[in-house]
Amino acid sequence: MAEFRLPKNSRISKGKEHKAGSGAGNVKRFRVYRYNPEDDSNPRVDVYEVDMDDCGPMVLDAIIKIKDEIDPTLTFRRSCREGICGSCAMNIDGVNTLACTRACDEIKGDVAIYPLPHMDVVKDLVTDMTHFYAQLASVEPWLKTDTPAPPDRERLQSREDREKLDGLYECILCACCQTSCPSYWWNGDRYLGPAVLLQAYRWIVDSRDEATGERLDALEDPFKIYRCHTIMNCTMACPKGLNPAKAIAETKKLLAERKL
Amino acid sequence: MRLRTPLKHAKGLGSAGDGVHHWLVQRLTAIALIPLFAWFVISMILMVGADHQTVVAWMASPVTTALLVLFIGVLFYHSELGVQVVLEDYVSSKAKLVTALILSRFLHFFLAVAGIIAVLRVAFGA
Repeated sequence: MAEFRLPKNSRISKGKEHKAGSGAGNVKRFRVYRYNPEDDSNPRVDVYEVDMDDCGPMVLDAIIKIKDEIDPTLTFRRSCREGICGSCAMNIDGVNTLACTRACDEIKGDVAIYPLPHMDVVKDLVTDMTHFYAQLASVEPWLKTDTPAPPDRERLQSREDREKLDGLYECILCACCQTSCPSYWWNGDRYLGPAVLLQAYRWIVDSRDEATGERLDALEDPFKIYRCHTIMNCTMACPKGLNPAKAIAETKKLLAERKL
Repeated sequence: MRLRTPLKHAKGLGSAGDGVHHWLVQRLTAIALIPLFAWFVISMILMVGADHQTVVAWMASPVTTALLVLFIGVLFYHSELGVQVVLEDYVSSKAKLVTALILSRFLHFFLAVAGIIAVLRVAFGA
């Protein structure tokens, strides 16, 4: 059945509290999920107090400061710090988003930071993305053609056809949408999820791709695509403002269109 | 040790090549149910307080009989499709899922047939 309660060994206990020094003026409290597979204990939530007068504006700035100055054991992924690599996706203040583009002062009260929901946790805020990446690979997200490319130039595309890729090509594969989707929580082993389906549609709608039919064949499955019930959590979560639910709806329309 | 690759797991048994029909019929039955349901509810309200004979006479008129049979058929078809989606969503054990799907289908067919026979018996004055 669907899981409505965390398994026993995943239930969260109270952790350590790291107080800010007495000199700190503008203190913000960060409640951060901690889990270390090596010390045989349940996950816990540690509290870190950070002086925001001495810290960058974004949540990523704060957790980097915590790692550098308070607790070097805190583990998370990050790279570009400007919302383009998708590494620092996590659940902040109850919403999946990128730590590097979420401002601390937009969050009232304590800042709660958890790993992406319903994923296996490797350590602290780092989740296991193996299955997600394998699902992406399964939709073969690259140009497939039978016609060889023109020898003297690139494959051309009209301005209108190129515009169809807007709102799709910007996806950075952070998995914020993927892990916000209840259907993906319950049936993630078979349901491809919003991020992967948006990527699939990006190639289905590409005017240069010649494998449209095969791509639709591969998606035509009660579990691969039809687990989407237009819940729209994906669109709410996307830190890039994209609309995976619409991409899935367009794919469903194409699947119906070729029957009629 | 896990010897199968993540891609092998993600691809699973491949695509069932199915699902469009279910999706289309679910929408089609939903559209059909809008007028049918409105007609049924309005008819019921209009007959509040009516005696047995009036209701039987109403059911026996050919248009009413046809609409009632249609209404019951479409209603249970739509319900069966919806329950199937809920079961597929929330029942993760394969054996339980298949059992539940079979039972749901049997139950819906039975209710639809029972309802239609009841309407016909009244209509033909059995």
